[in-house]
Amino acid sequence: MLVSTKWLNEYVNIEGIKPEDLAEQITRSGIEVDSIIDRSQGITNVVVGYVKECVKHPEADKLNICQVDVGEETTQIICGAANIAAGQKVVVARPGAVLPGGMKIKKAKLRGEESNGMICSLQELAVEGKLVAKKYAEGIYVLPETAVPGEDALALLGLDDIVLEFDLTPNRSDALSMLGVAYEVGAILSQGVKLPEISYPESTEKAEDMLKLRIDAKEDNPMYVAKVVKNVKVGESPLWLQNRLMAAGVRPHNNVVDITNYVLMEYGQPLHAFDLDRIGTGQITVRLAEEGEQLTTLDNVERTLHPHQLVITNDKESIALAGVMGGLNTEVHEGTTTVVIESAYFAPASVRRTSRELGLRSDASTRFEKGVDPNRVAAAAERAAQLMSEIAGGEVLAGSVTVDELDKTPKRILLSPDTINNHLGMKISLEEMLSILDRLQIKTEAVNGKLVIDAPTRRQDLNIEEDIIEEIARMHGYDTIPMTLPVTESTPGGLTPYQAKRRTVRAFLEGAGLYQALTYSLTSKEQAQAYALETAPVTELLMPMSEDRSVLRQSLLPHLLEAATYNVARRTDSVALYETGSVFLGKGEDDLPKEVEHVAAVITGKWVDHAWQAEKKAVDFFVLKGIVEGMMNSLGLLKGLTFEKADVKGMHPGRTATIRHNGENIGLIGQVHPSEQKKRDLKNTFVMEMNLEKVLSIETEQLVYVPVPRFPSSSRDIALVVSSETSAGALENVIRNAGGKLLKDIKLFDLYEGDNVEDGKKSVAFSLTYTDSERTLTDEEVVKAHENVLNALTTEAGALLRG
Amino acid sequence: MEQQLKELKERALEQIKEAGTLKELNEVRVAYLGKKGPITDLLKGMGKLPADERPKMGALVNVIRETVTEVLEERLVKLEEQAINEQLEKETIDVTLPGRPARTGNHHPITRVVEEIEDFFISMGFEIAEGPEVEKDYYNFEALNLPKGHPARDMQDSFYISEDILLRTHTSPVQARTMEAKGGEPIKIICPGKVYRRDNDDATHSHQFTQIEGLVIGEDIRMSDLKGTLSLFAKKMFGDEREIRLRPSFFPFTEPSVEMDISCFNCGGDGCNVCKKTGWIEILGAGMVHPNVLKMAGYDPTVVSGFAFGMGPERIAMLKYGVEDIRHFYTNDVRFVSQFHRTEA
Repeated sequence: MLVSTKWLNEYVNIEGIKPEDLAEQITRSGIEVDSIIDRSQGITNVVVGYVKECVKHPEADKLNICQVDVGEETTQIICGAANIAAGQKVVVARPGAVLPGGMKIKKAKLRGEESNGMICSLQELAVEGKLVAKKYAEGIYVLPETAVPGEDALALLGLDDIVLEFDLTPNRSDALSMLGVAYEVGAILSQGVKLPEISYPESTEKAEDMLKLRIDAKEDNPMYVAKVVKNVKVGESPLWLQNRLMAAGVRPHNNVVDITNYVLMEYGQPLHAFDLDRIGTGQITVRLAEEGEQLTTLDNVERTLHPHQLVITNDKESIALAGVMGGLNTEVHEGTTTVVIESAYFAPASVRRTSRELGLRSDASTRFEKGVDPNRVAAAAERAAQLMSEIAGGEVLAGSVTVDELDKTPKRILLSPDTINNHLGMKISLEEMLSILDRLQIKTEAVNGKLVIDAPTRRQDLNIEEDIIEEIARMHGYDTIPMTLPVTESTPGGLTPYQAKRRTVRAFLEGAGLYQALTYSLTSKEQAQAYALETAPVTELLMPMSEDRSVLRQSLLPHLLEAATYNVARRTDSVALYETGSVFLGKGEDDLPKEVEHVAAVITGKWVDHAWQAEKKAVDFFVLKGIVEGMMNSLGLLKGLTFEKADVKGMHPGRTATIRHNGENIGLIGQVHPSEQKKRDLKNTFVMEMNLEKVLSIETEQLVYVPVPRFPSSSRDIALVVSSETSAGALENVIRNAGGKLLKDIKLFDLYEGDNVEDGKKSVAFSLTYTDSERTLTDEEVVKAHENVLNALTTEAGALLRG
Repeated sequence: MEQQLKELKERALEQIKEAGTLKELNEVRVAYLGKKGPITDLLKGMGKLPADERPKMGALVNVIRETVTEVLEERLVKLEEQAINEQLEKETIDVTLPGRPARTGNHHPITRVVEEIEDFFISMGFEIAEGPEVEKDYYNFEALNLPKGHPARDMQDSFYISEDILLRTHTSPVQARTMEAKGGEPIKIICPGKVYRRDNDDATHSHQFTQIEGLVIGEDIRMSDLKGTLSLFAKKMFGDEREIRLRPSFFPFTEPSVEMDISCFNCGGDGCNVCKKTGWIEILGAGMVHPNVLKMAGYDPTVVSGFAFGMGPERIAMLKYGVEDIRHFYTNDVRFVSQFHRTEA
């Protein structure tokens, strides 16, 4: 909403108040003033000029040499506008004038002819092109004949004005009108509002003799007022009216249309003007559209209507889309003489639905869909009739043609001053409350210590006690509310075990060298299920904004890999990222998908890079595996953690494993398939993804200290040659099972394949530690346990013992 | 004999002096004081002396032994010191060479802000509630006093999955779900999480972003409690000197509704680019829980009241760290994320 302070001053006296101060007060008491627009834009020295003579420039086809009376003198100005002509009153920027953007006007010579200034278009005076009447959109602006040469053109055009731009919240539709704004400002300044005085001569003819009205859909249209004005002369509106419309952001058209728009802006009541002759039937019938009914609206679009959409008809065919836009077939045009002014109450839900369905929003629909003031419907029609009479030379027929079943009684709200104070934590006196409500012109009586409030119908947002509490609080000032803390039962607060463990996981991964990433949940259909630990129907958006973000992910890895590529492309060759976030497993259309939190990581490039000490190490499977093990260890879940070679689409078949805990699949780890790496412009890249919810829900034993061994341990090394196929994990299992309870630790410390080892074989070495927490082990005991291990390795794993 | 002893002493002291290394010194010690050395021999030979000479000679030998031992010890200390000095010389490094980097990562800046907010409210006795990102229209809108067709739904363009299911547009549905689950009990929760809106991604909009909301419900919760709580929060997040101001606003789920500004932490309120010359920065929306919201969740608005607030960690991070483009939070550029490493405590 654009509020011209010049216009506003008609209803409340704001003279002498600095616009910045006014804006601040309005903002602080409830309506945010987004910006303060000085329409004059620093323009100086523009005056009215009278074009006495206008001839073609001998040296330039498109230029005209004009002799212009600018009051104190007649001077020569060269003008290139196509619509310039002798006899016009125009806007002249005199030499020395400053135009928007700081452009200075100087005397100049154009193709040998002197030019003492510039004849201006409205755009050159910083009026937006879309607000300039079509007639002048492509050329200079022509002022009315009454303009006096030498007069200040800025004031004449109403550009010496400050406009406040309101950012209105949806509840404050009352401020979508100048009068509504006046009530608000009046309350702030403790002033009354001066309403327009409506009076005009009425014809002896009666409106109802010329127009019949029937409403067939009273639920959607409980009130309809039609006024008939004849002998209207359609033409340009007076400058003051055009100026106000432009200040409000509305483009002037002709006086009839301008009047409806003016009253819309003034009262907040949308009006429509029909050409009675074009209606043709002398009848207006409001009904729901028929399926497939066609209507060409004023914007020249042919629209196909649906049966629940409300239309105005001439009883035969539709002539307007109720509350949204008029029809082209009954538009007021230059030759119109008899006008029907429509002022109606259309149900908010109906207008909102129609406007949404047709993708058509207008100044009218935005007001109707929030609910207009029932008590201004008739008044607005009268105001328009008055202006038609005053400005368009119309003769207003007596009375209105009306159907009215609209409830116009104000809403009654009862509440006690204590409720208000308890809610706010304040002590506002009853007198003060009454005074605030009086300033807001909310009719209130104090009866038996209770406030009995009749909320004015212009304030559709006042319905319940809390609404009144807000009115009192905001006018009293939020600064005056004290600061206290809630007095509630004291609760410990804190993280749930899940949340606490999730923080542990993050802290561990970061400590291990990974940066936390945050990627989008929406992805493309192709990527949605890539690397998913578990797949289910994908959850698809009804209307995605792009194919890339059309479905919800079932794995975190595709986006993490994209992040790796993004970094590598920017010369960050070594990337280590992790993310915790949900994946979405669909459960059919009518149910919410199952959301499962996962943790995933990606590493590529170098893991250790300490050049001057010649320490460089590329990432590999075991770096990431170590991180997974460490993470599980930090959760007390290392025991039971196993890795099992696996084949996963998009992963390196020889370097990928399923991660299990006590046999249950909890995730995957491995290298991205080389061809996939290539596609993503990545070198060797390793990833892991785990079902975090599953991991964090595994029950762990309570942490209890195990005594530090008091007795020395004994270690033995084993070197073996086994088939290349035999996994280290399998060997460890054999050793662990055979070693018995004295075997405390197994460490693989050497692995070799190649020279000196038979083809198809590998050499592996373990270091075994034996301990008893109760006593020092004897040599015999260790030998016995170790022999068991050696035997088992030979017989169960086919190992050949070396050295 | 006496002369012999004197010479022996002189010789020994001379050799101790000449010993240049610990090894040489040890050889001298073995040579004179060892079991096969001359002093031991002398003491062993004492028995052969006449009885009246034994005490005198014994004393003399002992003196010599003590003197030699003493001088030897002194020399030992000196040589050890010398050896250590040599070692230190050899081990000297260029301390200006670069250190071996300790590999660490860090929180994403959004998590950093979220956890900071969480921790503040935890200290105030709040719990953290979480809920689904894909929501029923009921919890996202209807239970929050936004029935179908409500004009305020325009404020939040949504990604719908079906007519009744959508990506949540705020974390308020978690509040609705918590209220429903608590069945009339008092509540003090913080709800952080991802939310989604139909916006084209640009410098200030992101189709996915983060929200953190709070809700307190109980008997006699007043608007002054909201103001006091948020004031403490502002000081904790943005510094002790921060002041707050509330401006009237509108949210369908609160009445009265406010927006909260904090005095600009950059200029202290004098006006600068951060606060767009106003001295104030808008930081969050809040209000008293709308009675319809309470009613729908089974609370009696004549008995209990509550306040709620919500803010965007992206906005807070942008303000706090001077980040100019919201998209930085979602590109995961290591050069960006790694800047949020150090503590600010």
